[in-house]
Amino acid sequence: MNTGVHTGVNNAVEIRGLIKTYGETHAVAGVDLDVRTGEVFALLGPNGAGKTTTIEILEGYRDRDGGTVSVLGEDPSKAGLAWRNKIGIVLQSNNDAAEITVEEILNFFSDYYVNPRNVDEVINAVGLEEKRKARGRELSGGQRRRLDVALGILGNPELLFLDEPTTGFDPEARRAFWDLIRGLRADGTTILLTTHYLDEAEALADRVGVINHGRIIEVATPATLGGRDSAKVIVRWSENGSAQEERTDSPTEFLRSLGTRFTGEIPDLTVSRPTLEDIYISMIEGQG
Amino acid sequence: MNTFKIGVSRGNLEIRQFLRQRESVVFTLLFPVLLLLIFGSVFKNTIAPGVTFSQYFVAGMIASGLINTGFQQLAIMIPLERDDGTLKRLRGTPMPPTSYFIGKILSVLACMIVQIVLLLVVGALMFGVQLPTDLGRWVTFTWVTLLGITGSTLLGIAFSSVPRSGRGASAMVTPIVLVLQFISGVFFIFNQLPSWMQNVASIFPLKWLTQGMRSVFLPESFASQEVAKSWEHGRVALMLTIWIVIGLVLALKTFRWERSR
Repeated sequence: MNTGVHTGVNNAVEIRGLIKTYGETHAVAGVDLDVRTGEVFALLGPNGAGKTTTIEILEGYRDRDGGTVSVLGEDPSKAGLAWRNKIGIVLQSNNDAAEITVEEILNFFSDYYVNPRNVDEVINAVGLEEKRKARGRELSGGQRRRLDVALGILGNPELLFLDEPTTGFDPEARRAFWDLIRGLRADGTTILLTTHYLDEAEALADRVGVINHGRIIEVATPATLGGRDSAKVIVRWSENGSAQEERTDSPTEFLRSLGTRFTGEIPDLTVSRPTLEDIYISMIEGQG
Repeated sequence: MNTFKIGVSRGNLEIRQFLRQRESVVFTLLFPVLLLLIFGSVFKNTIAPGVTFSQYFVAGMIASGLINTGFQQLAIMIPLERDDGTLKRLRGTPMPPTSYFIGKILSVLACMIVQIVLLLVVGALMFGVQLPTDLGRWVTFTWVTLLGITGSTLLGIAFSSVPRSGRGASAMVTPIVLVLQFISGVFFIFNQLPSWMQNVASIFPLKWLTQGMRSVFLPESFASQEVAKSWEHGRVALMLTIWIVIGLVLALKTFRWERSR
């Protein structure tokens, strides 16, 4: 099994044996993980699996109880402001900046960075042009989230953390957000994201890691996770008035023989491979 | 230098936010003026030769204005900022933490200047409060104000770690300030309070601030009416400095960027 550890390559994030306990609970129970420079890595897992704890240790918000962590070559628990200048953080929900407008907060925050992006460009990138004069409390949930993302990318980060970035987005906004992330990736930004949307992980991530009960279960590309590429293909059709299903390793051959049983089109024919979500659910359920 | 520049930028942002919250503008800036109007109109008596109660009250209100705009404002606002994620977001940027505090100090300073001007104008126009004409009194005013605002700000930052949530902060902080105002010579004349109450008040900074402000705004002859028969400038400076040190140590030791889990 691929454990996600690749020594020797240029990694933006390297985690070895990470442990974090809250009282009796092992929130993170020995995580090894690498995020390669320039990739989009999605960390998947149910609520309480240790995603946010892991990410917040990488962001320098939390101390760890064991293991080693390197983020852009530094230990986040000791790293200074120069290191913070190179990372961007999009946290889970905030309600701050109630009385300041979108363009004001971006202008003020760009004072904190050495090499900030142009504020107008950032506003356009997240699609808040029409809300640039709106105050924080006047934004909808999805618009607020886009402001969070805008503040996260404002400093031109080498490494961007996105903790459930598209919660509350409508489908159109989500697509626009995906384009934004692809653009950042094309510019060389390394992105570590957590999400509950498996289609989002599939659309964006070069690699995904599944975490449960504080441990990494598997790291792979979205196409190969959990043996997805070698899983049987499901063929569904209708015959004699009832739904039929066949799981096969050789769908083309099966379809040829199936086709001979019908004079015209095969009714209600679908041919599908398991989705990332199917694979993910079976991995998590298999863990109990 | 960069830390200071970012601090000024923070101050600008803080002041903007403050002015847009109508409740805070009314409560912090106008409430003391309203109190002056009420107390000044009700208690028109003379409390010593050439000193009216409203003059005494203006000196006390300026002193407690330092506590209102610094300690009270920060001890309520910072827990709210901790709850709504302002502090956590800032911690994730390369903003130097000191700049955050510089911003707070600047906004407190701006607020305080506006409040002092309002109180002096209303006091002078309606209640015959006389502004000092000699340099010595303005020097006293300056050092008392500087020590007061420094201590008040630091203690506000230190106290901001006490309330468990932003919502509870106001209920916790407001009574403390109110009680101090009652026992420190703001609403009542200090030398008429029971001596045990005077002794309790003498532990806290507001008593020393009101005394320092009285030495600025009341005639020299009133010094004999003070409990110690003098303005005690040395002790005022000493007590305020002690509270600055206490505030600084506590602020550095206890400040949290996130709400406790």
